[in-house]
Amino acid sequence: MRASLLEFNINGIYCPQADIYIDAWKPVDRVIISHGHADHSKYGHKKYLTHHYNVPIVKHRLGKVNIEGKSWGEKFSINGVHFSLHPAGHVIGSSQVKIEYKGEVWVYSGDYKRENDGISTPFELVKCHTFITECTFGIPAFSWKMQNEVIKEINQFWNECKLLNQTAIIFAYSLGKAQRLIANLNLDIGKIYTHAAIENLNEVIRTYKNLPETYKITRETKKEQLLGNLVIAPPSTHGSSWLKKMVPYVTSSASGWMTFRGARRRRNIDRGFVLSDHVDWKDLVKTIRETEAENIVCTHGYKDIFSKYLNEIGYNAFIENTPFEENELLVEND
Amino acid sequence: MIDFASLIEQIDKTTKTNHKVKALDNFFKHAADKDKVWAIALFSSRRPKRAVKTSSLRGFAAELANIPLWLFEESYHIVGDLAETIALIVPETHHKNLSLKFTLSEIIEEIIDLKDLSEQNQKKYLFDRWSSLNYYSRFVFNKLITGGFRIGVSQQLMTKSLANVTGIDKDIIAYQIMGDWKPSEISFEDLILSPKKESLIYKPYPFYLAHSVDVKLEDLGDCNHWVYENKWDGIRAQLIKRSNEVMLWSRGGELISSQFPEIIEMGNMIENGTVIDGEILPFNNGNIGSFNDLQKRLGRKNVSKKTVNNNPTILKAYDLLEHNHSDIRIKSYANRREILCKLVLDVNHPILDISDFHDIKNWEDVVTAHSIARSKNSEGLMIKNKNAVYKVGRKKGDWWKWKVDPLTIDAVLTYAMRGHGRRANLFTDYTFGLWRINNDGKKELVTFAKAYSGLTDKEFKKVDAFIKKNTLERFGPVRSVQPQLVFEIAFEGIAPSSRHKSGFAVRFPRILRWRIDKSQNEANSINDLENLLHV
Repeated sequence: MRASLLEFNINGIYCPQADIYIDAWKPVDRVIISHGHADHSKYGHKKYLTHHYNVPIVKHRLGKVNIEGKSWGEKFSINGVHFSLHPAGHVIGSSQVKIEYKGEVWVYSGDYKRENDGISTPFELVKCHTFITECTFGIPAFSWKMQNEVIKEINQFWNECKLLNQTAIIFAYSLGKAQRLIANLNLDIGKIYTHAAIENLNEVIRTYKNLPETYKITRETKKEQLLGNLVIAPPSTHGSSWLKKMVPYVTSSASGWMTFRGARRRRNIDRGFVLSDHVDWKDLVKTIRETEAENIVCTHGYKDIFSKYLNEIGYNAFIENTPFEENELLVEND
Repeated sequence: MIDFASLIEQIDKTTKTNHKVKALDNFFKHAADKDKVWAIALFSSRRPKRAVKTSSLRGFAAELANIPLWLFEESYHIVGDLAETIALIVPETHHKNLSLKFTLSEIIEEIIDLKDLSEQNQKKYLFDRWSSLNYYSRFVFNKLITGGFRIGVSQQLMTKSLANVTGIDKDIIAYQIMGDWKPSEISFEDLILSPKKESLIYKPYPFYLAHSVDVKLEDLGDCNHWVYENKWDGIRAQLIKRSNEVMLWSRGGELISSQFPEIIEMGNMIENGTVIDGEILPFNNGNIGSFNDLQKRLGRKNVSKKTVNNNPTILKAYDLLEHNHSDIRIKSYANRREILCKLVLDVNHPILDISDFHDIKNWEDVVTAHSIARSKNSEGLMIKNKNAVYKVGRKKGDWWKWKVDPLTIDAVLTYAMRGHGRRANLFTDYTFGLWRINNDGKKELVTFAKAYSGLTDKEFKKVDAFIKKNTLERFGPVRSVQPQLVFEIAFEGIAPSSRHKSGFAVRFPRILRWRIDKSQNEANSINDLENLLHV
C-alpha cells in the first residue's frame, strides 16, 4: 500500500508526481524547506519554498537565493498534488509538510516538539495516512519536564552565579534554543549577552517577532561587564579562547542530551539542563497515535529501535535513511 | 537518604574539585554517624553485596515502565548505566518525598535484606521505592543495589573532606579507612575519630605510588642521591605480621592471604610488628614469569596445593614500613632499605626475595638499564630518592617510574560496543583482529585484543560515525563492523594463552593511534604477534 507519494533518493525526499523535493541534501531544482537548521536547508537549490518566518533565516544563512514564503495552511498545488505547511513547534518558522494526492495524505514532520515554547508557532496536529517522523529521542529514557520547570532551574542557576559574582554561560544552538531561552528567562536577574552568531540571527528574527533585548559580545566587551549576567553561546565555543577571556564563569548546556549524566561529563560542562526542541518518547508515541496514520516512516535518530517498537504495537513502520544527524552527538541542534 | 542523594546531585552539578569537597564537607558535618560510615564505605568501594539479580532488576523496570524487555535493554545499551536507565525509565509519580523519611543506612539495610525475599516480594518492594523516590534518590537507590559506586568522588577527595571536617591529618584518615571493616558493624567513632588499638593491627598502610617520569633524568639533580630498581609486573602487596597473625593485602585493598598460602607460611617466620611492601611475582624454575602466569592464582577463594605447586610465586620486597612494632615510614628510604636487607637475610626463605637496588654513578647507567629491562621480564625502572620518606598515595618528586616502551602492532577494528559513563551512547569499546592465513590459503581476521582507550574525543566521534554507517550485524549490544579501520595497538607484554582465539594474551592493550594511512590488508598478522613474543 506504500504507493509512494514520497521517496527517499540520493538527493533528498522526493515527490515524483509533483517533481519537488523536501529538505533535499543535494542541489535540486525545487525544494520545500521544513526549517532553517543547516542539515535541512542546504545551499545550491534553484528554487526554495518555506514558511514566511523561515525566509529571512534562510536568506541570512545562505545569502541570495530564489525563495518564496508560504503561510500556515496555505494550499499550493503542483501537478494535482496539494501541499501545505503546518507548524512543527521545533524552532521559529519550522513546518511540517502535508502532501495530499487523490485523497491520500502524507505528512513529513521535519523536526518537532509538542509543548508551546513561547516563541515558535505551536505544533499543529495533522491527520494523515502516512506519517514521516523524526525519532531523535526515540527511546523511553527520554522524558521532558515542562518548560517552566526547566526555565526555573536555569533562572536559579543564573541567580547562583550572580551571587558568586560569576558569569553564567549557557551553550545553546544559535537558531531555536537561543531564542527560546531569551524569550523565557527572567530578565530581572540581569542582562543576556550573546555570541555574534546568535545576535545576528536575533536581529533577523526581531524584524518580525518580539524578542527581549540582548547584547552582542564584541571586542570592546569587558569581562567585568559580564559578571552576574548570562552569556548564550553556540556549543562550538566551549573551550575556545573567546570563552576563556570571560573567566570567572560557570558553564551549562541546555539540550535533550543532558538527560545522560555521561553526556555532560564528556563535554566537561558544569550544569546540564534537559531542554529539547524535539519530541520525547511519550510525545512521539502520542503524536503517532493522534495522527491516526497507519504507516509510519522513521527517519533520523533511534529509528531502528523506534520502528521495531511501532511494528510490535501494530503499526506498519519503516526506516528511511537521511544524512540528518546520523551521528547524533555531532549535532547540537536539539 | 535525601542528604546523601543531594550530595550526589551536588557532586554531579560541578566539574570543580573544590565544589565537590565542599559538598562532601557539608554532608560529613551534618549526616548521622551511621550514614557517614556508609558513605565512607561506598566511596571506598565497600558496597553491600548485590541482593537482587540484575536480570530481575531489568525485568521489573520494564514491567513498571510498561515497555517490552528488549526495549529496556536497547535503552540500557544507549544510556550505558543500569542504575541510571532504571531511574530514567520508570514513570515519575507525584508523592515523591519518601527519601525524606529514610536515612541512608536504613535504605541500605532494606537493600541488604532484599536477598532473603522471594522474587515476587522483591518486585513489590522495588516498585514501591521506585515510584516514591525522586530522580536523584531513585538513581542513588539503584546504584546502591547494582554496586560499582563510581560517581566522581575519588577516595582521595573523601579523605580530604574527612580531614577538613574532623581536623585529623588526611594521611591518618587514609590509613584508618584501609583494611577490612564492616560498615554495618563499626561506628564513626571507632573508624575515624578514635580507632581502638586492636583494630589497627589489621590495617595495611596506604601505598606510596610513583608518577611516570616526566622530566629529564639530569633534572633530578645529583645522581648520587638516587637509586634505581627494576619495576615488576605482579601484584603490589603488603605482608603484615602483627600479634602472631600474618596477612597479605593487595594495593586494591583486598585481603588476598588465602590465595597465596605459601607467602603466608613464609610470613610466619617474620617477627611480629613487621610490614613489608613488595610485589607478588610468578616464579618458575628460577625465572620471573609473566602476569599471565599469576592470573591462575587470582579470583578464587582458596587455591589447591596443586595450583600452588604448578604456579609458584615469590614476594619481591621493595620496602619496609613497620619494624619492631613501629611505623618507620618517616625514616629515609636508604635507611629503611638497610633494615629490610638485614630482615630478608635473617628470614632466609626462598619465597622472600629483595628487589635489586642500584646506586647511580651517572644517568647513562639508568638509560642502559632501561634499554635491557624487557629482556629481564621487568616492565621498566623505578627511580627513587634515597632520602625520601614513604608517602601516602601518588605523589610527585621522590619516586618515579620509567616504563619500557610498549610493544605495538597494527590491527583491524572488527567489533564495537557502546561505552559507559562519560562515553555512554558512543561506540568506544573495540575489538581488534589480526590476519591469519589458514590451511586453504584464505586470510581471516582473528580477534586478539580489546581496547577502550587511547583516542581523543574527536577521534572517537569519527570512529563512532564510521561504526554506525558500517555495521554488518548486531549481536545484542555488540556490532560487527566492516573491517576497514586500522589502529596501532600498544601493549606491555605478551604470553601464549589457550583462552584466547589468537593463542596469545596481551597485557594492557590500548590504542596508540589511528593508522589512517593503512588499509586493512596492511595490518599485521598473528605471525607478527608471535614474533614479538621473542623480542
